[in-house]
Amino acid sequence: MIVAEGKPVEKILEMIAPYKKVLIAGCRGCVTVCLTGGEKEVGILASQIRMARSKDGNALEVLEQTEERQCDAEYNAKFLENVGKVDAIVSLACGIGIQYLGEKYPLTPIYPGVNTLMLGANIDVGRWEERCFACGDCVLDKTGGICPIARCSKSLLNGPCGGSQFGKCEVSAPVKEDIPCGWQLIYDRLSALGQLDKMSEIIPAKNWLRAKGPRTYVREDLTLDRS
Amino acid sequence: MTEANSKPEGNLKSGSALERTYVSGQFVCTGEVGPPKEASFHHVEMYGTGMKGRVDAINLTDNQTAVTRLSSWAAAVKLVLMGLEPNLQMVCRDRNRLAMQSDLLGAYAHGVRNVLCLTGDHQAFGNHPGCKGVYDVDSIQLIGIVKKLRDEGCFECGEECKNNPKFFIGCVENPFGDPFEFRAVRLEKKIEAGADFVQTQCILDMERFELFMEKVRERGLHKRIYISPGLMPVKSPKMARYMQHGVPGMLVSEEFCQYLETASNGKIGALDLTVDYIKRCQQMEGVAGVHIMAVAWEEVVPLVVQKAGLLPRPFAAFHDNPAPISDEIKALWKKSGVDNYIPELA
Repeated sequence: MIVAEGKPVEKILEMIAPYKKVLIAGCRGCVTVCLTGGEKEVGILASQIRMARSKDGNALEVLEQTEERQCDAEYNAKFLENVGKVDAIVSLACGIGIQYLGEKYPLTPIYPGVNTLMLGANIDVGRWEERCFACGDCVLDKTGGICPIARCSKSLLNGPCGGSQFGKCEVSAPVKEDIPCGWQLIYDRLSALGQLDKMSEIIPAKNWLRAKGPRTYVREDLTLDRS
Repeated sequence: MTEANSKPEGNLKSGSALERTYVSGQFVCTGEVGPPKEASFHHVEMYGTGMKGRVDAINLTDNQTAVTRLSSWAAAVKLVLMGLEPNLQMVCRDRNRLAMQSDLLGAYAHGVRNVLCLTGDHQAFGNHPGCKGVYDVDSIQLIGIVKKLRDEGCFECGEECKNNPKFFIGCVENPFGDPFEFRAVRLEKKIEAGADFVQTQCILDMERFELFMEKVRERGLHKRIYISPGLMPVKSPKMARYMQHGVPGMLVSEEFCQYLETASNGKIGALDLTVDYIKRCQQMEGVAGVHIMAVAWEEVVPLVVQKAGLLPRPFAAFHDNPAPISDEIKALWKKSGVDNYIPELA
């Protein structure tokens, strides 16, 4: 899923300082699952904003609405009525949802209530880890199903650098947090699968053009003839 | 000085002094200079002159530990202008393949003939930790690019390169990195990609290095690539202990730390230990030379080389004899108390 973290309330208050009436827009997709931008978080943020502004003697009205997804036009249409009533929107969807909702209502300013972090998995309660970089050219077949682009700090394609030691990535030291070496994980998995010979294969330089936007994906079999 | 489009003689790939020394079968000795964090060649000149005629080539580190420094490219050209032989280090962290190939053309046109391809320390270690790491290609892919330029006369993209650069291609391997069993395999990948010589991460644990060499010999790699272990005179026992616990990818043996801790003079002990390690490397099957990386202590390289009996160098610096030691270097020796290490040089 797409993993996001809430922005500090102070930052959001700064963004909406000029406004008297705002809509907090939530999303029932990934941000609900990672407990950052669903209906519950919309309610919490709305209360925090109301209280902070009242305390400052500058009360504002906050509307709350959460829909199925903000990355889909049909759901974004459901925000129409409330958007018409407010000066600005704060979206708690991922970066995609924020932008796509903004595109739907281009005359209403929209502000991000979250930082979109990664494509990750929920590893444990309250812990998410990145697993995919959306690089556009999957190499998992060569690497035992573990992604070197997302899980090696240097996105190396031909094995661990000299900084891999005791299973840890060298970046663990400067950031003071244990980061597993992605290539040690790949090595161990390939070893368990009896496919260590794959570590000897030289993977050529990557075509990063597919990894860097703006990217578009068109499926001719699904497109409609609008002529 | 060599011209940009001159052809290496005979079967030589680059014709560099470093290549000639390796090919001749004589024990190779290389040094290293870390360019300074300032717009001045003073340090490069001072240390370079100190090593003149005493080493076969001098590595110029490329923003080592991810700290912004005078470019290895510019420092390498400076050595060429001084009549010295540079080994240009190039890391994958700071440039994409477009810029790297551009720098390779420029360096070669200036007479640089050796290039050492490395991944590079992660930017999080350095003085711009928030910068964007490039890693467009990895070190193995970079080796392939340098080889393709040399042997096929074309760029990575396949386009022809006229007056193509013909480098002697170096790589690095870390016998202390994990997974240990993969380290020799990784070296083999680098050989397959086109590496001609390898300088290892500094050896501060001789037993582990011997184990690594066993793996290397099992695969017959020592017959396919010239191997120079990196040796570092470590300035203080405290620094050795720090490297033992605080530097990822390094192993420092107890023997090494204790030797420095119990030496009556730590600095002299550090030089003695390096000389001892050089002699042990000379006895090891498959070792073709040593790379002396006296990080932040470059002035001691002449002392170590002479004490280890590695002089004279056969092809060093275009047949120059060792340059006289400058007063500046002598003052630095005195400062760290090693000025009488070789009395006739003092």
